[in-house]
Amino acid sequence: MWPQVAAYPQFMNTTKFIQVPDAASLAMDYLKNDADDRGELVTLNVGPSHPATHGVLRLKLVIDGEEIVSCDPVIGYLHRGMEKIAENCHYNQFVTYTDRMDYLAPMSNNIAYACAVEKLLGWELPERGQAIRVLCCELSRISSCFLGTGVYAMDCGAMTAFLYAFEEKERVHNLYEQICGARFTSSYTRIGGMTRDLPKGIEKQILDFCDSALRTVDEMEKLLLHNKIFIDRLVGVGVITKEMALQNGMTGNNLRASGVKRDLRKTNPYLGYEKYEFDVPVAEEGDCYARFQVRMEEIRQSVRIIRQVMATMPGGPIWVQLDKGILPNKKDAMQGIEELIRQFMVSTECVNAPAGQVYFAAENPKGELGFFLDSQGGGIANRLKMRSPSYCTLSILPELLPGHLVSDVGAILGSFDFVQGECDR
Amino acid sequence: MDAICNWWNDLMSNDIWFYLLTTAVKLVIMFALILAFVVLSVWIERRVAGWIQDRPGPNRAGLPLFLLQRFGSKEKQPLKDVLHFFGIPETSRIARLCTWLRLDREIPTFGLMQPCLDGGKLFLKQETTPSYVRKLYFIVAPMLVLGPPMVAAAVLPFASCVDTIYGSISMCVANLDIGPLWIFAISGLSVYGLTLAGWSSNSKYPFLGGLRATAQLISYEVAMGLSVIPLLMMFGTLNLQSIVQYQADNGWTLLPLWGEGLSLQRWVMMLPLGISFLIFVTCVFAEANRTPFDMAECETDLVGGYHTEYSSMKFASFFMGEYAAMVIGSAVVVTLFLGGWSIGFGADAALASYSQWLAVLCQTLMFIVKLLAFIFFFVWVRWTLPRFRWDQVMKLGWLVFLELTVANIFLTAAVLYFVK
Repeated sequence: MWPQVAAYPQFMNTTKFIQVPDAASLAMDYLKNDADDRGELVTLNVGPSHPATHGVLRLKLVIDGEEIVSCDPVIGYLHRGMEKIAENCHYNQFVTYTDRMDYLAPMSNNIAYACAVEKLLGWELPERGQAIRVLCCELSRISSCFLGTGVYAMDCGAMTAFLYAFEEKERVHNLYEQICGARFTSSYTRIGGMTRDLPKGIEKQILDFCDSALRTVDEMEKLLLHNKIFIDRLVGVGVITKEMALQNGMTGNNLRASGVKRDLRKTNPYLGYEKYEFDVPVAEEGDCYARFQVRMEEIRQSVRIIRQVMATMPGGPIWVQLDKGILPNKKDAMQGIEELIRQFMVSTECVNAPAGQVYFAAENPKGELGFFLDSQGGGIANRLKMRSPSYCTLSILPELLPGHLVSDVGAILGSFDFVQGECDR
Repeated sequence: MDAICNWWNDLMSNDIWFYLLTTAVKLVIMFALILAFVVLSVWIERRVAGWIQDRPGPNRAGLPLFLLQRFGSKEKQPLKDVLHFFGIPETSRIARLCTWLRLDREIPTFGLMQPCLDGGKLFLKQETTPSYVRKLYFIVAPMLVLGPPMVAAAVLPFASCVDTIYGSISMCVANLDIGPLWIFAISGLSVYGLTLAGWSSNSKYPFLGGLRATAQLISYEVAMGLSVIPLLMMFGTLNLQSIVQYQADNGWTLLPLWGEGLSLQRWVMMLPLGISFLIFVTCVFAEANRTPFDMAECETDLVGGYHTEYSSMKFASFFMGEYAAMVIGSAVVVTLFLGGWSIGFGADAALASYSQWLAVLCQTLMFIVKLLAFIFFFVWVRWTLPRFRWDQVMKLGWLVFLELTVANIFLTAAVLYFVK
């Protein structure tokens, strides 16, 4: 490792993303330094379509042999203008777009968005609705963490662990299919409730899944966590200190792996998370190995929450009990004029939200997913700003990558478990 | 007829012609064996991978019966027509057996058709040669990768000798007195293929891959060569046929249970030989460029490594070269450490006294079984372990293996000198 930080102080502060020193000026710096003989610098373009970048991230690396001198991430290849779209469709219509953000945990996005709008409206779901939402959140967290750890194993060359993890993810998708009718793009929530209640007989399947998920976590730990090669590759690689993590606005598992115990489910509980008992896994080291471990532990805690939810699942309605803003029973709509009108109004104009501004953040598998809503009344948001965790996580790359080897790029990127769909929006 | 026999007798009595003809036959057998094993090991790789990863793997690529137009389409129940064609009643035991074997769907090949079809597909693919490459080297590189393992196989004995009336035939293509040296010298040549491929592609990822491959192969070549020296000190010969013959008579290198193998010296020798074995096997993994040492084509950072720019049959040559290196590597490990073709426990001599041809047949089968077992081990490791990082591999090669092998040579010498 060579002292790249001292030589390029601009990495550390405000100018990252905008001014990354180009290869020529760096080369000049090297030539002035006679003490160590540097070779010719090469610009290596990683991505936008590259096996290590998990989507369409592009990294402009300047390398000296195998060592990275500077890194310039280029994002936006998956930009779909979601925030602008939100200004042109009503609240319920936008739910389907949230599926496509963090497409590895669509349910979590649906729920976070619905909760944000409900916060604007001042609604609170009945208990059963909340419990179902917690269940779905945790299922999607398990699915996302399994994918994160499995794909990470594959990044490090261990194909088999990846397929073990994918088997469990497949089980989650089977449950999704039963709960909301779709395997991938769930679009489960509506403002004020969910599209449908849990199907009959799913309790046993969910509990069975909990057992098999724990088994797989144990199996993967045995296969990877005590493997000398795996440890050698990850320990001490991509170390993010507490300060760096906080500076770059990292959240979720990546932040907790750096020693900050921050989990929105504990600090400002939503959906009745305060009722459930679970631990927040925290690691001190902040390296890739710690992030991997925290993610594995997260699965265990999610399973713990799901078991509690299933044990205390209350009965009753899943929708907010109001006369306005939510869809009536289909049967009633066929017979009563009042209900028919309501169905028509909800479908076309959605809720009648008050004017105001509200920010709601949920603890998603990737970190803190925030929605800032600016409403001027009516069923359409005036402005919707999303705080996507992957975007903040990736902002640390220019600071973190220099000094590492090209082989570490895959290991470090994989350990962040980012999703480009959410980063670019 | 007599004239032909006489001519044949004359021909075979001539030493040169006898040598040329037997060598040609052995050459064809060996070449066919290696190529068949390359295809087979691809299949083994996929099947074992599937087995390890809880999925079926390639088991579907059978020969569907409806391909044979004679028996109609799949929907028309081809089995019925086939049975009718041969005049077998549908309720007979044969018919039920056929149904049980799923012959009503297709002729089962357990997915063995998959590598063949893969090969066919690669052969028929469009060949693209980017405009910016160095054409000559770009074309020569795949040949350099595929060729050496095939040539190196020449010294590997696959059975013992047979005495005929015209002379004795040793069952290896070239019974050289420098066996292991020949193998190292020739298989070392494949480095040039990788280097040239990386350099001539004129693109950054292949370039890095080529550099890594070169560095890795050269550093492991050193440890590999040094790690067999204790073995050669014990055997006292470099002729692979005599090495295996010694193992057949006196216990395999790692299984000294009969003949001289029961002596104290051989059992003490197990320690240095065990170290040699571990290092040699690791080096063979590194030489074959396979996980956990596949950083030269490591998918997650170098996309495809040195063969990124290759397509069609040129890519297939690299692919086959890798598997050929794996097969030859396994064969060398089996020959040096696991008794080569020897059946063991004195069975070789007993069989040979009964019939030499039978002995040769059994020994060839034994060699194939051992080879398959070791290829299975190769595959098992690949699908279990993660990949090393490049600098860690270099450190392991130069700072651990080199020192260990040199120390091992001294240890062996001490054992051979002091323990009688």
